[in-house]
Amino acid sequence: MDPRFIGQSVRRQEDDSLLRGTGKFVDDLDPHGLTHAAFLRSPVAHGRIRSIDTSFAAQVPGVIAVLTLADLRPVLTSDRLPVQFKSDGLPPNIGPYILAKEEVVYVGETVALVIAESRAIAEDAVALIDLDIEELDPVTGCQQAVQPGAPKAALDRSNNIYAQFDMGYGDVDQTFADAAHRVSLALVQHRGGAHPIEGRGVLAHPDPMSGQMTVWSSTQQAHEARGFLIELLGLDETLLRVRTPEVGGGFGAKYLLYPEEVSVTAASLLLGRPIKWIEDRREHFLAAIQERDQFWDVEAACDASGKLVGIRGTMIHDGGAYVPQGVNLAYNAATAVPGPYDLPNYKLSVQAVATNKVPTIPVRGAGYPEGTFVMERVLDALADAAGLDRIEIRRRNLIPVSAMPFSTPLKSRSGSGITYDSGDFHAMYEQALKEIDLDGFADRKAKAAQAGLLRGIGVACGIKGTGRGPYESATVRIGKSGKVTVFTGAMPMGQGLKTALSQITAESLGVDPGDITVVCGDTNTISLGLGGFASRQTVVAGSSVSVAAKAVRDQALHIAAGLFEADVGDIELVDGMARVKGTEIQTSLKELAKIAGGSPGYSLPTGVTPGLEATEYFMPTGLTYGMGVHAVELEVDAETGAVTLQRYVVVNDCGRAINPKIVVGQIHGGVVHAIGNALFEFMGYDEQAQPTTTTLADYLMPTAPEIPRIDVHLAEYPSPLNPLGVKGVGEAGCLPTAGAIVSAIENALGAKNNMIQRIPVMPQDLFQFIQQGKQSSAA
Amino acid sequence: MKASPFAYFAPDTLQEALDLLGSLDNAKILAGGQSLMAMLNLRYAMPDQLVDINGISDLAGITEQGGRLSIGAMTRQRVLERDSLLFQKAPIFREALLQVGHIQTRNRGTIGGSLCHLDPAAELPALAMLYDATLIARSAKGERALPMAEFPAFYMTPALEPDEILTRIDFDAWPQDSHFAFVEFSRRHGDFAIVAAGCLFSLSPSGTIERAAIVLGGVGAAPMRLTEAENSLIGQVPGRAAFEAAARAAQDIEAMEDSVYSAQYRCHLSEVMTRRALTKAWDRHQERAA
Amino acid sequence: MTNSAETLHTVALTVNDVPREGTCVARQNLADFLRHDLHLTGTHVGCEHGVCGACTVLVDGQAVRGCLMLAVQAKGRSVTTIEGLTRSDQELGVLQEAFSQHHALQCGFCTPGILMTLVEVLQDDPDPSEMALREALSGNLCRCTGYQNIIDAALAAAAALRQNQK
Ligand code: FES
Ligand code: FES
Repeated sequence: MDPRFIGQSVRRQEDDSLLRGTGKFVDDLDPHGLTHAAFLRSPVAHGRIRSIDTSFAAQVPGVIAVLTLADLRPVLTSDRLPVQFKSDGLPPNIGPYILAKEEVVYVGETVALVIAESRAIAEDAVALIDLDIEELDPVTGCQQAVQPGAPKAALDRSNNIYAQFDMGYGDVDQTFADAAHRVSLALVQHRGGAHPIEGRGVLAHPDPMSGQMTVWSSTQQAHEARGFLIELLGLDETLLRVRTPEVGGGFGAKYLLYPEEVSVTAASLLLGRPIKWIEDRREHFLAAIQERDQFWDVEAACDASGKLVGIRGTMIHDGGAYVPQGVNLAYNAATAVPGPYDLPNYKLSVQAVATNKVPTIPVRGAGYPEGTFVMERVLDALADAAGLDRIEIRRRNLIPVSAMPFSTPLKSRSGSGITYDSGDFHAMYEQALKEIDLDGFADRKAKAAQAGLLRGIGVACGIKGTGRGPYESATVRIGKSGKVTVFTGAMPMGQGLKTALSQITAESLGVDPGDITVVCGDTNTISLGLGGFASRQTVVAGSSVSVAAKAVRDQALHIAAGLFEADVGDIELVDGMARVKGTEIQTSLKELAKIAGGSPGYSLPTGVTPGLEATEYFMPTGLTYGMGVHAVELEVDAETGAVTLQRYVVVNDCGRAINPKIVVGQIHGGVVHAIGNALFEFMGYDEQAQPTTTTLADYLMPTAPEIPRIDVHLAEYPSPLNPLGVKGVGEAGCLPTAGAIVSAIENALGAKNNMIQRIPVMPQDLFQFIQQGKQSSAA
Repeated sequence: MKASPFAYFAPDTLQEALDLLGSLDNAKILAGGQSLMAMLNLRYAMPDQLVDINGISDLAGITEQGGRLSIGAMTRQRVLERDSLLFQKAPIFREALLQVGHIQTRNRGTIGGSLCHLDPAAELPALAMLYDATLIARSAKGERALPMAEFPAFYMTPALEPDEILTRIDFDAWPQDSHFAFVEFSRRHGDFAIVAAGCLFSLSPSGTIERAAIVLGGVGAAPMRLTEAENSLIGQVPGRAAFEAAARAAQDIEAMEDSVYSAQYRCHLSEVMTRRALTKAWDRHQERAA
Repeated sequence: MTNSAETLHTVALTVNDVPREGTCVARQNLADFLRHDLHLTGTHVGCEHGVCGACTVLVDGQAVRGCLMLAVQAKGRSVTTIEGLTRSDQELGVLQEAFSQHHALQCGFCTPGILMTLVEVLQDDPDPSEMALREALSGNLCRCTGYQNIIDAALAAAAALRQNQK
């Protein structure tokens, strides 16, 4: 039977309330007796706290409490947050403090907390807290961090190294010795912040009736947050519930339990009052995680035909002042280098180091964009060295469809192998070239030249591991009301996940997706969940929902078959009814649910088990990999260094698209985020590690006029690794973007030798390159 | 962040406002608020008193007498952008205003607010400089007229006394057939320019340039006129050679630098933007003529 | 600098065609006043420094940043928020419907500001070009959609509205 709902761009069930302004985000919640929190944050990047005097602040009318770590301690089991991903071999003393103890290690670190009748009053009081700090030398950059004699980012650690590891396979050094062409590159990659338009936010709401604390949080991980909160507060699952209202974007910044959530909840436990803290934009700049800097020094070699023989080098990753989550970001970046290409030999030495800046964990893309950028720069450089066309060299190195599934010798951070499960990379590559009209490029370039503009084209590829496990939860239930409800630990933050899950459910149960309620982000409704990271939710939660919905379908068919004395195979579920095919004999799902619910003291019909409900924890055996090709045309104004994007084509493998419109929307968003990384977004710090871009006027996110039309084509190579055949796309759009753009800029300038080694590309830098190019060609 | 507390006054008349300013300590004038409100919310500005002059209706409006335009300080940018009299007499205003912020900020932002905020890259101070406008300020003691050239005291600080209110901006329109253009180099649409250039020139009956004005924004602490470049244009036939020569003069200015853009880059952009402004002005004429 | 002396101001205004009244301190901005005092939480706050555009509402028909205007300045004015675009018992309006059809919203946090801006933009120019729309929306940040579907929805809404006019 052809799918009725899967594969359709059905209307999103999220839209109606959001379009009416009735959707509730965390700052829209306003329980009786609400109080407001504001934080005193460290004004310096590194310092020792001599004293904190809260007495003036406490006297401000409207202030309820001014709290330091010592004040919260009675309800805490630890002063520090744990490292939230399993990470073996990390040094001690790297988890963030809930509020600073004796030392502050980045500008914006939480030091004290004011609870007041309004946020404005709380901020008034914060300004009156007298914080006496002895300033210490900060570590201002990750290259400095590993220099001999560098200051330590935190006094209780033995050095600035969080982790160092080697990754790779083959015998790189041997192959380099007799390779036809060799290049070396020093690449500086900066990826700023996540910047969802809604910042973080938390509301801790104690209920004296139930004794339960409800923590409403704008998070990507309700269950994980609950797990760490109960641990840190010494509670159990019956005493603390985490719920998420609408979440206004996350992009990685909300996949973490932060000091603010813990301290606000702790304060609420102490005071017995509901307390809300809403992150303002300035705080997002100071205290929400970023992805920021990586420095790569790599050499690469290819044979005479342009086929890769090896890449080797080093990478230093700026981990920031604490390690709240692990070093997965650096790890992912390193594993992403080979990408969709056949790289026979690879060796990379990685150091993740401490600086006195806000911690880094994955932002949308999670290290893959950096690894991808390195490979794309390498290919450009090798093409130039070998005298090959840049487009051709990629063609020669893409993994052929005949090699699928293709296992690289690398392991993902969970320890499982990296196997590209499906896809015809060459076909996608050629499609992208066709869609951007490569043949017509020369004409367009000539035309641009007449207007004094340099037009260039660039193509790049990337492949993203998606659908991380170990599992996601889903319960599908048809209640006695007849209502179909899905409960899951998966966490939407704008993707339209509820709609996608409703489509998957509808497919099995024959009800309209719009009639299905999907409940996410409530730890009281389902016991386990991992939430929204790693482009995983449609893959893993979708699969759980699919399996659970099929189980419920089987139950319903079974009951109906018994009721109608028909064969199970003769029953169909359509429009909320179970019907004997081709007849008028039918009953509603509601009736079936009542039967399955039983009647007190009476037996259930033979073979019927209680309830129309099933729970599934789909456990993927490995990541599923979606390849993407980006082709971009742009124009460079050689007089100013300005870059204007003109055409943008994406061909992306999404496995089976559940809702194509949603899939394309995810890719649009990812591409534009990465355009920001490539050309606009720069998080600046001065020589004292003081952030210098702390407003949206200084940190430039792309706006509509800077963005060209993005022409997305979905390639659907079903994944064999999950029952739906889907691959994740939440981050896919971020991967090849910078590589394609930088390559196109160089193409426009007719430049070779990987002139551009740093992103974001600033017009001033580009202008300088252009000038240098003029000088060297004149010489 | 939320603003720190202040006392709020909303006088209906200029006199009341002036009396308040004369008597209050640490007071700030709230015009359109498109810069000040952000600074209040960030607690970069923490006045004790705020005197809101939005209710003073006679501070807004555009009038003309004998070729001299007079714009009330509280005239909204969006009104300037759409005003047909202004468009007819000084069309460069619309061209520049469409590059000022965004619809939402232009709907509130005023010409006087922009002049007093005096961002070095702001368009309206640049236009005031281009037109050699006269700025009229009032205090309880009386009225005074400041030439725009003397209006900037320091970086982002106008030469106004704490008890003074800027009430209007007067300038002479250029002849109807003058040429004009306002161009900017900025990273995103609506951002403050890294360098902006505006120009006006008019021709003698013989077709040579008889009068010219060029202004640069974003380059110095305040918008600056390029007198040398202007002079170099006089008597020239408009066209590439004359424009390039004038633009070269722009290279030699003293430019500021910030954490992102160097002085050298700004100097270079000054040259480019000056040339582009002149060229755009002249091309527009050629296109119309064609 | 304490708030003990902070005067409360009464603000009477019209919101979504309904007369409303609230009290607030002078420093309260309009967006916060609408959200927390009048409980119209559809208007969002994304930066409080006048860049993101999430707080955009109409004041006397003009799109303004709610975070860059004091609530006391709205005395006697007519404010329209997203809640006023369509009555709760009515179907979505043309613009809202186009947003859903074209998948022009993901998390929906930026959406109210964008819709309110577009109300004015489409009134001014019923037949805008794609570039004109992009420029008109340059004061609204969206991190989710990449803008394209927003532009497409606005173009479709403009066409539908022109059709309705005929
Ligand atoms: S909240 Fe007003 S512009 Fe961002
Ligand atoms: S839809 Fe999420 S910010 Fe625009």
